Amino acid sequence: MIGTVAPRRIESGGPAVLALAALAWLALLIGAPMATVFVQALSKGLGAFLDAFKEPDGLAAIRLTLLVAVIAVPLNAAFGLAAAWSIAKFNFRGKALLLTLIDLPLSLSPVVSGLVWVLLFGARGWFGPMLEAGGIKIIFAVPGILLGTILVTVPLVARELIPLMAEQGADEELAATTLGSGGWTTFRRVTIPNVRWALLHGVLLSNARAMGEFGAVSVLSGHIRGLTETLPLHVEALYNDYDFVGAFASASLLAGLAIVTLVAKTALERAGHLAAAKGSAF
Amino acid sequence: MVALAPTYGARPLAWREPSPLPGFHLAFGFTLLYVSAIILLPLAALIARPWEHGLDGFLTAILQPRTLAALKLSFVAATMAALVNVVLGLLIAWVLTRYEFPGRRVVDALVDLPFALPTAVAGIALASLYSPNGWIGGLLEPLGIKVAYTPLGVFVALLAVGLPFVVRSVQPVLQDLDAGYEEAAKTLGATAPQSFWRVVMPALAPALITGFALAFARGAGEYGSVIFIAGNMPGVSEIAPLVIVTRLEQYDYAGAASVGVAMLGLSLVALLVTNAAQVALAKRGGR
Repeated sequence: MIGTVAPRRIESGGPAVLALAALAWLALLIGAPMATVFVQALSKGLGAFLDAFKEPDGLAAIRLTLLVAVIAVPLNAAFGLAAAWSIAKFNFRGKALLLTLIDLPLSLSPVVSGLVWVLLFGARGWFGPMLEAGGIKIIFAVPGILLGTILVTVPLVARELIPLMAEQGADEELAATTLGSGGWTTFRRVTIPNVRWALLHGVLLSNARAMGEFGAVSVLSGHIRGLTETLPLHVEALYNDYDFVGAFASASLLAGLAIVTLVAKTALERAGHLAAAKGSAF
Repeated sequence: MVALAPTYGARPLAWREPSPLPGFHLAFGFTLLYVSAIILLPLAALIARPWEHGLDGFLTAILQPRTLAALKLSFVAATMAALVNVVLGLLIAWVLTRYEFPGRRVVDALVDLPFALPTAVAGIALASLYSPNGWIGGLLEPLGIKVAYTPLGVFVALLAVGLPFVVRSVQPVLQDLDAGYEEAAKTLGATAPQSFWRVVMPALAPALITGFALAFARGAGEYGSVIFIAGNMPGVSEIAPLVIVTRLEQYDYAGAASVGVAMLGLSLVALLVTNAAQVALAKRGGR
């Protein structure tokens, strides 16, 4: 790799000062908040920390968070695969527009991503009265939480797969088809193995975002304890009740998820030789 | 007969290039259905809603002092935090690509933590750190600096949220930047600052602008990591997304949608400005 820069050992004062400044800033901005979570969670001892996980509302919040992720992540993965298959393997008009639309949710405020569903299905929304007549509840119920989470995470798998599959082209799939392989077989035996690391990477990021989503879900949940509270919302509720140990104990679970996500992400990037996350990966 | 013959190569009116690969209709159909249901329909509901009482209704909702102050706070704090992140993000990316030190890989992975950490967790952690009896707030209190429950708190939260966008935009460019150019500049007698400003910076500028734009966009709409530390005093430390939440709680759908459309519009303008800056930069470089 001629021309690329290899990192050098720090041998003089200038670089040492720069490196220390960078590390100090990271410690202040990222290290300190992270340490706070665990220190506060354990501030009244291990017993109080563990008690936070015995509370039924907390357990219900964990269950709901898992349920939402288990539904939203596979749906968005299926969408990502379908979008990447049609956009990367075929040529058609309006591709740029479709790509822009898929990226659009990334530039929405999470609160707006919740708001749009209220405008559709809320009591005074477009379909609100119709749903009410039919006795169907979406807003302030689990379906709303699900829709908000899906909107927030919809581009994450697609964005990983589209550039990679476009770069790989359709030659291998065409060869398989010529040799008589059917569409699904080609997809399963040729396409999926070629993109498996990127797919896992996208699923991982979607999952982290789905489990941690706050703004969109906060608008849609109605905050009914034990029923429509996800784990991040439960953290907020405990914090607002001045139950700091409980809030930070629940938060430490989410912080642990973030750390596991980062470790798995680094491992996947190394295994698949994927480019490290670009600016907008999450 | 002629019209029915397959026309490979020349493709007159077909909207899709023919391909022997199967599955287009299924995949494209599902994609279109999903995009329509999850992105287009909700967006249409957002854009259609504010005009219930005409343009006046929209303007009244937006120009209310409380809403204006919140929009201003969200967008000004996002701009300032993104600017600071451009400088410090560049510093961090520089140190991570140019220097070898123990734990470099761990630090590199940690830069993504604000991406991975749920915003509510970051929010309560920052609020507790910067509150008057917190680790950092306690140190700043004697100096007369209040961060938590002031607009400064919004800025601090956005610093943390936006940092990875700049680092991850700049890092790949810095990594691929041919060290030969810097060597050449040095050989030709350039001082270190000269080589940085004249050789490195022009190559980095597009990535820095991208990083700025991403950090800004995220910051302007940020909610979870801000509301705990901001104190949310109307007109002072209340952010735009919170105004939407408040309006929704009062069942003022049109008002909430107005603020949402205004935020979307402002973000779009910011996007156009940064794109124009990229184009101008590319023209200057291609001289």
